[in-house]
Amino acid sequence: MTADVVLDDVTVRFGPFTAVDHAQLRIEPGEFFSFLGPSGCGKTTILRTISGFIQPTEGAVRIGGRDMAGITPNNRPTALIFQNLALFPMMSVADNIGYGLRVRGQSRRKRQARVDELLDLIALSDQGGKMIDELSGGQRQRVAIARALAVEPQVLLLDEPLSALDLKLRQHMRRELRAIQQRVGITFIYITHDQGEALTMSDRIGVMNAGRIEQVGRGRDIYDDPKTEFVASFVGENNALPGRVAAVAEGLAAVETGFGLLRGRNPRGLQPGQPAKLFVRPEALRVRPQGFAADVADIAYEGNLTHISLRAGDTPLAMLIGAGDHTQPPNIGDHVTLGFAEHEATVLPAGP
Amino acid sequence: MTAATGHWLVLALPVLVLAFFVISARLEKRSIASFWRRNGTAVSIYLLGAVGLWAIFMIVLPQLFMVEMSFRPKLPPTQMGGPRDIYTLQNYKYFLFGSTSSTDSWNVIHLRAFAITIVASVLITLFNFAFCYPLAFYMAQVATAARVRVLLLMLIAPYWINEVLRAFALRVIFAGSGVLNRALQGMGLITEPFDFLGADVAMYVGLSYAYLLLLVFPLYNAVESLDKRQIEAARDLGAPWWHIHLFIVMPHAKPGIASGCTLVFMLTSGALAAPLVLGGPRTLWFTPIVYDRFYQAFNWPQGAAYAFILLLTCVAFVLAVLRLSRLSLGEMTK
Repeated sequence: MTADVVLDDVTVRFGPFTAVDHAQLRIEPGEFFSFLGPSGCGKTTILRTISGFIQPTEGAVRIGGRDMAGITPNNRPTALIFQNLALFPMMSVADNIGYGLRVRGQSRRKRQARVDELLDLIALSDQGGKMIDELSGGQRQRVAIARALAVEPQVLLLDEPLSALDLKLRQHMRRELRAIQQRVGITFIYITHDQGEALTMSDRIGVMNAGRIEQVGRGRDIYDDPKTEFVASFVGENNALPGRVAAVAEGLAAVETGFGLLRGRNPRGLQPGQPAKLFVRPEALRVRPQGFAADVADIAYEGNLTHISLRAGDTPLAMLIGAGDHTQPPNIGDHVTLGFAEHEATVLPAGP
Repeated sequence: MTAATGHWLVLALPVLVLAFFVISARLEKRSIASFWRRNGTAVSIYLLGAVGLWAIFMIVLPQLFMVEMSFRPKLPPTQMGGPRDIYTLQNYKYFLFGSTSSTDSWNVIHLRAFAITIVASVLITLFNFAFCYPLAFYMAQVATAARVRVLLLMLIAPYWINEVLRAFALRVIFAGSGVLNRALQGMGLITEPFDFLGADVAMYVGLSYAYLLLLVFPLYNAVESLDKRQIEAARDLGAPWWHIHLFIVMPHAKPGIASGCTLVFMLTSGALAAPLVLGGPRTLWFTPIVYDRFYQAFNWPQGAAYAFILLLTCVAFVLAVLRLSRLSLGEMTK
């Protein structure tokens, strides 16, 4: 069984500090949804509000259509996986997984069957008798998932559970988490500051900044079509060229920057005279016969990719050339002119 | 064997123990030279001297002499070391069977006092645990740092008052015309003053109160080291509050519970001030009996024997409980 999660104008305040600011969102049943944002952006607060450890100051959380006001964490159809996993060190793996069933008063025999089933799911079939400290990091991870799944939650909440693992294991666990989610078919809500995790695993991503959900969408949409300055600069690398809108026409805007008049898409419908930033991805930036001038400061060759650092006046810029692009990378110290395709740049309102 | 040889044996034992440690250090290839090198001459001499003196003169020798004394008969000073000063079990026999002139086959009075002391100490320890655990949990997991400081101060401050004074203060409260009786009479709950001292209420309150603090601190430390998220995880998985305490917090705090309860049990069973000051006229607690052996009967060997019976029983009891709860002595100090 799975359920949708609705945040209806949820605000959470701690004294004068607003941790979550009017969050409005519906997470579909069976969806893998990620909250992505820097630390302190309020994403963990949102998760703890959904799980019931924090009550919203304003607004309501609805799970499966039911208002969760006043319902304690142990009575919600959610299960939370903690950042440090919070496995019980004095219990065996099997007892950890069976804990939720034990508090529900299930008989040892019935419990055992379910625990065995879950041990199979996480591929630790013969390790049920081990203690937690005998397991590797990845195995602990999987035990934490099994313990949460044992109580058959409709929504699984994950609070950066991969952050303690090394890079290789983290990448492996991404695939594994996604596979487990598709097998059990329940809603996963995942918290991360790692855009790689969010982009690879999620059906949709909510990008958060300073308590506000800035943009919600599929990973590709968020990367290709950021709607705010924060999203554009936080998700993926981006070159920001500040200026003022000079003219608009047919969904495009021309921005008067320090490097001349540059054109990009105008998704927010900016009007001439407004302060703006033009964002262009490193992979969209190219050496061209015409454009604005820059000096090549450094080149890092990585095989399939070449990272090129440039300086245009005081502004550092990044350019990325793929091995399959059939473009000849410049040399350090070269004086080049840069350009990009209009539809690959985005003009967004500049923040205060 | 005469007492003279016994004395030599007692003095030789610490030397033998020291020799054992030196030899075992040698066997493990831990050279004394490296100890010297690591600490420097001055510090090394201080460490060895201080630890050695402390262990031998404060702990080992007095106890050994008491053990030795407990096996000797009570003799006038002129006959000490004489032909009648031989090792005997008569002091231990007296505890079990009483004097030879007694008609009872068992020394009922002393044995009963002994049993009451052990059982009551267990009950007081359990009561103290039930009282301290919620407090320790609140301080360790719920309260803010500022509130914990205030609470700790409030807990510690009463213990600046010495034990005897505290006991007499309780006597003032519980006496026939004391504060408590007058308050109860004033409220019309009782017409005649209740004999709290005779019913041993005052003594048990005094005993519970005396070592309360020694349980709060180990419990507080043990519960404090529990990750809050473990409690949250259990709650999230649907555990009711009592289940979390019984199966998450207490197993984690087991070493602290064990060390605190051991301390309280040992000290309560050996407490002297509260039973002496607060005990009723018919009260028989074991420690005043031991005290009487020394200062009323002037029978030091018998007093030593009684004290050792109490000590050994308590140690055996504690070790048995630790064994049952699958704890080692090493874990308790964690």
